[in-house]
Amino acid sequence: MNSKRVLVTGISTYWGGRLAQALERDSEIEAIVGVDSRDPTRELDRTEFVKVGTQHALLRRIVEAAEIDTVIDTRLVPDSSVLKPSAAHENNVIGTMNILAACSGPNSTVRKFVFKSSAHYYGTAQDDPAFFTEAMRRPHPPTTPIERDIVEAEAAVADFADKNEDVSVTVMRFANVLGPDVETSHTKLFSLPAVPMILGFDPRYQFVHEDDVVAALKHGVEFELRGIFNVAADGVLALSEVAGLLGRPYAPILPPWGTGLAANVLSRLGVRVPPEMLSQLRFGRGLDNRKLKATRFEYRCTTRETVAKFAEYLRLSPILRGVQEPYRYEREVEDFLRWSPHVKNPAYRREGTLDPRQAFQLRKFLEEYDEGNGQSEAPPRAVRRSRTPKAKPAEPPAPPVAHYDDLEAEEVISLLGSLELADLEALREYERRAQARQPVIGAIESILARRAASSSHP
Amino acid sequence: MADSTRTSLRPSEELVARPASGEGLPAPADADLRRYLPAIEPERRLNDWGRSERVEGVFDRYLLEFFYRYWFRVEVEGIENVPDTGGGLLVSNHAGALPPDAAMIGKAIKEEHPHPRPLNVTVEHFFKGYPGFSMLIPKIGCVAAHPANVHRLLYDEEQLVLVFPEGRKGTEKLYKDRYKLRRFGRGGFVEAAMRARAPIVPVCVVGAEEAAPIFAQVGLLRRLTGLIYFPITPTFPHLGPLGMLGYLPAKFRIRFLEPIEFPDEDMADDRGLVQSYAHDIRARIQENVFEMVEQRESVWFG
Repeated sequence: MNSKRVLVTGISTYWGGRLAQALERDSEIEAIVGVDSRDPTRELDRTEFVKVGTQHALLRRIVEAAEIDTVIDTRLVPDSSVLKPSAAHENNVIGTMNILAACSGPNSTVRKFVFKSSAHYYGTAQDDPAFFTEAMRRPHPPTTPIERDIVEAEAAVADFADKNEDVSVTVMRFANVLGPDVETSHTKLFSLPAVPMILGFDPRYQFVHEDDVVAALKHGVEFELRGIFNVAADGVLALSEVAGLLGRPYAPILPPWGTGLAANVLSRLGVRVPPEMLSQLRFGRGLDNRKLKATRFEYRCTTRETVAKFAEYLRLSPILRGVQEPYRYEREVEDFLRWSPHVKNPAYRREGTLDPRQAFQLRKFLEEYDEGNGQSEAPPRAVRRSRTPKAKPAEPPAPPVAHYDDLEAEEVISLLGSLELADLEALREYERRAQARQPVIGAIESILARRAASSSHP
Repeated sequence: MADSTRTSLRPSEELVARPASGEGLPAPADADLRRYLPAIEPERRLNDWGRSERVEGVFDRYLLEFFYRYWFRVEVEGIENVPDTGGGLLVSNHAGALPPDAAMIGKAIKEEHPHPRPLNVTVEHFFKGYPGFSMLIPKIGCVAAHPANVHRLLYDEEQLVLVFPEGRKGTEKLYKDRYKLRRFGRGGFVEAAMRARAPIVPVCVVGAEEAAPIFAQVGLLRRLTGLIYFPITPTFPHLGPLGMLGYLPAKFRIRFLEPIEFPDEDMADDRGLVQSYAHDIRARIQENVFEMVEQRESVWFG
């Protein structure tokens, strides 16, 4: 199944925003809807943002109305220092159940569900295997609230997968993430002047770069990957090795006995060590990432490179601090920029930026269009993806060019800017009759409106 | 806030072309995952298991070399039975408070084998939870005795693995029970070898029992210290933790027996077969150990 119309839940989390940005660049995706209860934290281009929590009735209406075929759930919070346990439970377990409820049902259009999970699913224990494979279950019941939540959420997803066999369900369990942009408990820990460790322990650690996380989620959208996949970069480092790469000394300040108590003291001093991280600092964890690699996914960074890149960022960050303002979402501005015919600046509307290849194609289109305009006989061409069949006439008029119907909406839109007024009107007419792609018609209309406005004020 | 418009999209060269087959991928379920093992990064000093060439080298130069050559004066027979390539499961008898046998077997392969290979020694999970040990043990080539670990090493990474099926029962036993092999677990090691289609090489070690004899076990102190056992040896506990290394200079003999091959993976599903193989291997080791003890004229001079 090819994903065309996607819904990203948790669009305002770092991962939701990053994923939407990546999907926006994919020409095969025609619609991206993002939902969250907060405003987006990252700048979005063609993603539609709907401010809604995880109320399944509302979500279901969005899914139905937009004919969503793929839902990507990026909301999971695998870090207990971010949310209080009750809020985390609400988000991770109840939220997941609601989203699954919105995707199920006999008439649901959803055909693919991608769930972002965490390697905390496996926990960390003394008798762990050195590399967890997807088929393994955690050897002991979860001990920390966040692990309990993740296990529960995954159980709900597995149940959904069992009951909806026609929906391809992908669960991705991510190792700890490092990267210049993302903020996790581990990035905070490694930003300290020394790396805190538990005395007498040198745990094995595996990371994944933030870009690889986004790429893996996108891989899950592009392909049909049924089942569970570990996402962790190649290579497992010892924490001492990590400290070496970061160029920081390691400080075995946590005692091997009474570690929880010492961690409490530390958190009062401002160094948050959440309980799930504490057990990782003791026993470490390794994941077997080969199942995902076998689906032709390629990691851009190994664990060592991920840490090395993070170290580079740490060296730069005191200089870069405060250079970039954080992004703020303003609903009215976004709406104005998206919909207003008064937006004229080419920096905001890129219709003037045609490369020579496109310009040549365009000229060819126009010539052929002129010739073909008089013909009454239309080539019998199946109209693809007709979203509004009622608007379609019995016999569509001739297309402007032979393979116009094969062009993607975005390709058409990118060519519109250099068309003449008459051609634009003719094209609008044709588009209305044939495929009636709203983005194309909207784009033509906004260009026409602006042309009209500029000609009246010379 | 540059180009946040609904209609203007990024120039087409930025659009990422999608691979031709978007219709899902060949199921990786039974594909050979071995070729997806991570590549070795030459910049690293540790491998993915936490093994450190540097620490191992120091250990080897300053400790093992001395013990191997001058203290235990190890003699090796049948080293050609250790495979040159591919996975191999070495199964040995086990003895001594802090058993010297594993280190000596590893050193013997390094010294005597025509193609020296690193040996992965499986150890109790206990070590992973005990401060200090937990840092050191993986660095010198020990891995936790988990079936998945053994399988990955044998099958995927095609390495040599040494197991002690007697486990703790072997190292706990007192001096008076020396060279009497304990029960060989539940045959898990045979199953692991069968699944990995790796040969089993039985190994007999004589000398370890006398090098680190245990006269008594103190249950109360074991519980207090959280160790897996608390032995009384000639040097421990009265010489402190280092007393664990206070080995007596017994003469070591190591004999590698003929390997046992398992051509068929499905053999592992037959519990009876697994058990009878485990039983056979134990009997072969026991027989050879008795023979070696019988031929030995002196505990100290061989």
